[in-house]
Amino acid sequence: FPRSEEAPAKKLRLSKPSKSAALHIDLCKATNSTDALQYLLHFARKPVEVESVEGVVRILLEHYYKETDNSVRLKIASLLGLLSKTQGFSPDCIVDDAINTLNNEKSHQVLAQLLDTLLVIGTQLPESPTVRQRLIEMACKHLSDTYFGVRNKCLKLLGCLGMADTPLTKDNDGPGASLGLLRDIQSIISDFFGDQDPRVRTAAIKAMLQLHERRIKIHEIIYDQACRLLSDDYEQVRSAAVQMVWVLSQLYPESIVPIPSSNEEIRLVDDAFGKISHMVSDGSWMVRVQAAKTLGSMLQVSHHFLEQTLDKKLMSDLRRKRTAHERAKELFTSGEFSSGRKWADDAPKEKLDTNTVNLIASGACGAFVHGLEDEMFEVRIAAVEALSQLARSSASFAEKCLDFLVDMFNDEIEEVRLQSIHVLREISTHITLREDQLDTVLAVLEDSSRDIREALHELICYTNVSTKECIQLALLELLKNLNKYPTDRNSVWKCLKFLGSRHPTLVLPLVPELLSTHPYFDTPEPDMDDPAYIAVLVLVFNAAKSCPTMPALFSDHTFRHYAYLRDSLSHLVPPLRLPGNGLDLVDSRCGSGSVESAQLFLQQSLNRVSTIQNLEAPGAQDLLNFTIRDLQRLGELQTELAGAADFCATYLRCQLLLMKALQEKLWNMAVPLCLKQNVTATAAAQQILEETYKLEFLYSGLESRQVATIHHVRLQAKALQLILTARTRQGLDPLISSCEKFLQDIESFQRLFVAELPHLQDSFVDKLLELMPRLSSCKPVEMVKILLATLRLSGLLQLRLPEQIHRATATIIEPTGESDNPLRFTTGLVVALDIDATLEHVQDPQNTVKVQVLYPDGQSHVIHPKPSDFRKPGPDRHRLITQVYLSHTAWTEPSQIEVRLLLAYSSSSTSLSSSSASKLGWSDSIDSLPPPEAAVEGTIPFSKPVKVYIMPKPARR
Amino acid sequence: MPEIKVTPLGAGQDVGRSCILVSIGGKNIMLDCGMHMGYNDDRRFPDFSYITQNGRLTEFLDCVIISHFHLDHCGALPFMSEMVGYDGPIYMTHPTKAICPILLEDFRKITVDKKGETNFFTSQMIKDCMKKVVPLNLHQTVQVDDELEIKAYYAGHVLGAAMVQIKVGSESVVYTGDYNMTPDRHLGAAWIDKCRPDILISESTYATTIRDSKRCRERDFLKKVHESIERGGKVLIPVFALGRAQELCILLETFWERMNLKAPIYFSTGLTEKANHYYKLFITWTNQKIRKTFVQRNMFEFKHIKAFDRSYADNPGPMVVFATPGMLHAGQSLQIFKKWAGNEKNMVIMPGYCVQGTIGHKILNGQRKLEMEGRSTLDVKLQVEYMSFSAHADAKGIMQLIRMAEPRNMLLVHGEAVKMEFLKGKIEQEFSIDCHMPANGETATVTTNPSVPVDISLNLLKREMALGGPLPDPKKPRTMHGTLIMKENSLKLVSSEQALKELGLNEHQLRFTCRVQLQDPHSDPDTLNRIYTHLKSVLKGYTIQHLPDGTVMVESIVIKVSSSAEDTSTKVLLLSWSYQVKHFYFYNVISSNTRAVKRLILIAINRQISIVNHD
Repeated sequence: FPRSEEAPAKKLRLSKPSKSAALHIDLCKATNSTDALQYLLHFARKPVEVESVEGVVRILLEHYYKETDNSVRLKIASLLGLLSKTQGFSPDCIVDDAINTLNNEKSHQVLAQLLDTLLVIGTQLPESPTVRQRLIEMACKHLSDTYFGVRNKCLKLLGCLGMADTPLTKDNDGPGASLGLLRDIQSIISDFFGDQDPRVRTAAIKAMLQLHERRIKIHEIIYDQACRLLSDDYEQVRSAAVQMVWVLSQLYPESIVPIPSSNEEIRLVDDAFGKISHMVSDGSWMVRVQAAKTLGSMLQVSHHFLEQTLDKKLMSDLRRKRTAHERAKELFTSGEFSSGRKWADDAPKEKLDTNTVNLIASGACGAFVHGLEDEMFEVRIAAVEALSQLARSSASFAEKCLDFLVDMFNDEIEEVRLQSIHVLREISTHITLREDQLDTVLAVLEDSSRDIREALHELICYTNVSTKECIQLALLELLKNLNKYPTDRNSVWKCLKFLGSRHPTLVLPLVPELLSTHPYFDTPEPDMDDPAYIAVLVLVFNAAKSCPTMPALFSDHTFRHYAYLRDSLSHLVPPLRLPGNGLDLVDSRCGSGSVESAQLFLQQSLNRVSTIQNLEAPGAQDLLNFTIRDLQRLGELQTELAGAADFCATYLRCQLLLMKALQEKLWNMAVPLCLKQNVTATAAAQQILEETYKLEFLYSGLESRQVATIHHVRLQAKALQLILTARTRQGLDPLISSCEKFLQDIESFQRLFVAELPHLQDSFVDKLLELMPRLSSCKPVEMVKILLATLRLSGLLQLRLPEQIHRATATIIEPTGESDNPLRFTTGLVVALDIDATLEHVQDPQNTVKVQVLYPDGQSHVIHPKPSDFRKPGPDRHRLITQVYLSHTAWTEPSQIEVRLLLAYSSSSTSLSSSSASKLGWSDSIDSLPPPEAAVEGTIPFSKPVKVYIMPKPARR
Repeated sequence: MPEIKVTPLGAGQDVGRSCILVSIGGKNIMLDCGMHMGYNDDRRFPDFSYITQNGRLTEFLDCVIISHFHLDHCGALPFMSEMVGYDGPIYMTHPTKAICPILLEDFRKITVDKKGETNFFTSQMIKDCMKKVVPLNLHQTVQVDDELEIKAYYAGHVLGAAMVQIKVGSESVVYTGDYNMTPDRHLGAAWIDKCRPDILISESTYATTIRDSKRCRERDFLKKVHESIERGGKVLIPVFALGRAQELCILLETFWERMNLKAPIYFSTGLTEKANHYYKLFITWTNQKIRKTFVQRNMFEFKHIKAFDRSYADNPGPMVVFATPGMLHAGQSLQIFKKWAGNEKNMVIMPGYCVQGTIGHKILNGQRKLEMEGRSTLDVKLQVEYMSFSAHADAKGIMQLIRMAEPRNMLLVHGEAVKMEFLKGKIEQEFSIDCHMPANGETATVTTNPSVPVDISLNLLKREMALGGPLPDPKKPRTMHGTLIMKENSLKLVSSEQALKELGLNEHQLRFTCRVQLQDPHSDPDTLNRIYTHLKSVLKGYTIQHLPDGTVMVESIVIKVSSSAEDTSTKVLLLSWSYQVKHFYFYNVISSNTRAVKRLILIAINRQISIVNHD
């Protein structure tokens, strides 16, 4: 029912008692059907409360019996349905009436609407088998109606309510009868597969699918009927039939079905696969999309069937010879048709012996070839996706579909090209590229679209190649790419890093050539700033990591360059065990600590901290200090645990701050004497608040438990703030209001984390909640006292680490901040600054990530990038490529502005999204909820600022 | 039995001068009116004398339909309409109508101005001919006259190519023209609905070919061009001005754009300018990509492709040139070929079919020394590549179309006889339908079994529906009762009452009677009375009346008693029931009751007899 949000709560309450009465009066006033219809339409716009629903329904029904006009009755019927959906209203009281009206109705349209209403009632009463039974009987009765709409609705009702295995205990028929009914329902529905109206046929299949969705097992006999519908004249029927056939192929994959016109048999899933493949060349593109998508999920299909979908020359291939041996030989060597590739090879050749059987309908062969060259790009994308799904489950198929995917790199629509590159990357673990394939793949490196090139770099990272020529070819093309598009630098280097570390043995023979060393002569030292040279070095060094003989081939300057690159581009250059300088420092550092031991260490540190019972315990501060230091170091060393370690450290820092603030002796001093102390405490409280927002929004993978802990800390900080306010401010009024606000905070905490409360025993909140009755009645001053006491006595809440916790990070790649040339532009106009950044572990970056520009005069602008500026190259990874527009009044000197990325948050968004609150909010009527707490919105800077030189020049006149 | 006759005047077991006559339901239609590229004499045009020796064609033909603008499908049109004489309607799609006269004019110029032929059609004739053209829209049903209707479907192949459905009553023929089932860079794929025609007349140029994936071909093509350009060579691509040329242009244009290439691409001939204009206009006839992006950029506005000037051929450095004509038999493409043939860095790519006797055909067959006019020879050193870009359906495409349209008979034209034979076998095997392949002048006859539509009054239909069993059983035939009236060329099924009324006839009652003799000493009225009371006791639940005129009515059965003259104790019982009573039994519940009643009466009466006798 349209429950309009903007309707003010008060007004609702006022109109409540008169709701049904008003309707009654309105309807009585109506002199003709048009008026009545108007009243009903008007009425439908307003919500109806649970209590008055039944009254309204009675009025409506009463009017229904009197009404002669079809359209009014239709509207009433639809209103009945809507009203039955009202939450909290149980429509069992109107079942009888609804059925009654159904029996007396003559108009087909109204009948259809009434059946719809019954469906709503039925779905609202899932627990009542008798009602169900009656509704199903009604539906069966009206199935023979002449109007298609009525039959449609009946079928829908059967599909949605058709009895599964719930035994009818009340009826004397016993459970056996329900089984009988179950069979009946499927055969009743399948009777309508042959209906004369295509809409009814579609509805019948949909009803059957609905039964399947409700976990009722569809009988295998349906398969034949569904297959027949695949050649229906109407596309919606065919489309639904494809789904039906797919469902059955998943239910009975191993059943055996006969091949028509022969005495051979094949597995059902193979048969279904063949039939669905056939639909890829259907006349309607909707069906083609459906079929192509469906193919991808049929993983149980046998190999030789799968492979036929890639071979178009079906006519001879698809005939199965009597012996499997012959068949295997035949499969990919078709002699009958020419390929059209060579001139004059299309003279007809000898006919093959046609004493064979059509294994699957010949049209089905080459389904993917057809799908991939379809006119509609939707079909092509669906086909590419299906290919990828199938290829992931079958290595040999992956090998075979490689050529086709590579062909798709040449598609006319960029989306399709991109998709096929992604798909190839996903399956590239299965495959090794041949040289000619690699050649085709690499040709795309010249593409002018940045997305395509980067996707391709990503692909090359995961590619296996077989020969050293391939490596050379790849390097050559990548360098060409680097030359043509210098902005691809990072991406190309990264690509070479993986290429090197994957194929050390293939790189080894190339090293002298790559580094242009000579056994006798010294060669000139290459330019260290040349990106191409760096690229080569990245390749070589990464290969050298697992190939200890390689460094022997390096010349002196190579070692020097290594040291330089190891420092400047440490993420690209791995630590090497070089002769002469013994073990590298980095090497020893990394070698010792495995992830497990680090994890253990982290856990131990946390356990140690948890021994602190009281915030004032002696030595607690030191312990915290050391632990924080340890954790920070751990985060630096073990990148896998950086998120978790950081999270813990920040949490502990909050605790430490709190502890310090509370431990000050100031609390015992008179207020005027401790002004300075107060300042530090206030600052601490503020900082804790900020940190808690960081904790909550900067880390992904938090569970509700951790969120509760964070909120708990925030509550403590707020309590601290309140105490400080009480001490510093003299006025009573502001204190009262902030006390009230604090109480609200506690309440909302309780509401949000009801499930977590048992874990928070002995904590600050726990104690507060015990004292709640007292708090809400006492005076502010007393309350502050209680708070202070509780705060000081409450223990440290132990932090439980979730499985995976990641800190959102952002790195600005572009601009680099290295340029000495200022961006010059005319004052008052704008200049566009290209920003390229990678974001990791950011959820929903489209809404949360902003760009901040800080001018030297303190002005700051926050820019919201367009949603289309974000790309998603990998899981938990985003790429922001955007332009920000800068403008400023004239400067005399070039100066630096700072650009950084911000993560925006809003506390209201989380309180709604957190599990318990969201449902509560909507099921309660709106007026019973307290007004939502003022949402705290803010931003967290989460990237290093980058400085950019700009120079706005005064306009020349 | 009605028949559909199909006679190819051209394109029967042959490629070129497509012209097919179809007689269907008393209408004569000419499909396409093309010329043959291979001949310069009378064989160039179809033999119209087949239709009539002298006199105009107008009275013999109801309409002419042109499938697309290629000259082998429309080249003889002005000759037929203006020189032989035809004034009826000529149907073609809008793009065809726009582009066709350009090609005809070009064709005329070459034959008349260059070759100096006389007795050829003039520019004015082309114009006059085009005035007779009625344009068609896709999927628009056009009523040629009261009975004949035609409808065009998208055919791919070239801009504006259409397949046509011709329908008279319930008989129909679909003519495909040339079509393409795989979309290309600028056109979509042919599409038809399940129209189930009596005959599907399909082209079969590639009857024995199943082509590789289109992308494969495109990639090969681009790779070859790219490599040659990188080597510094020149690439010649001979094309016909319209159709394939545009596809290849788009292909190269997008490739150049994507790869940021700089080498120039040239397009020879002025004809293209005009034609490209039409391509820009008829965007709705192109494929999805072009249709969707033309708002930002019309794909036919080429950035990298420039007009060619004769002097450019001698320019140094790499270049790609599209030149006409496509088979290297004359014109600019031949001139450029001669210039470039000597350098092995250069390349010629033949993107389509070459007729025997042309230079294209020769070099494709590997000939390395060519004899030129004037007894000079030409050494062919450049690379020769063949790349099938012809937009005809391959064997699989033809099969796919058959599957889409589900025809009752197949007829192959526009292909070589041997290849057709092969495909014919395949079709008959796969679909088990008859497949014909008449040669030029041969007639293929197909008998049809048209369904005859009959009007039925709604009331009668509803009444009969109510009598029948429950839905659904649409597949089962159902008997119904009514009167078929044939009146003024229309058939009507009405209820018998209405039929009587309309025909002004009286209804005759047909009654069955039977006599039963029984011995009963009582008087006639007594006997009747006894029977009445007896029946009343036996047949409960039936209406039994004793009428004052000395009869007993049981439902609609009448019983009378009379005694014979000689023996008064021998009574004769007369039972009489109407024809309907017996008949209704078959499908009416009530009537079956009636029959039961009748039987009961007989049993009752028999028993009565025995009772009487016992007495």
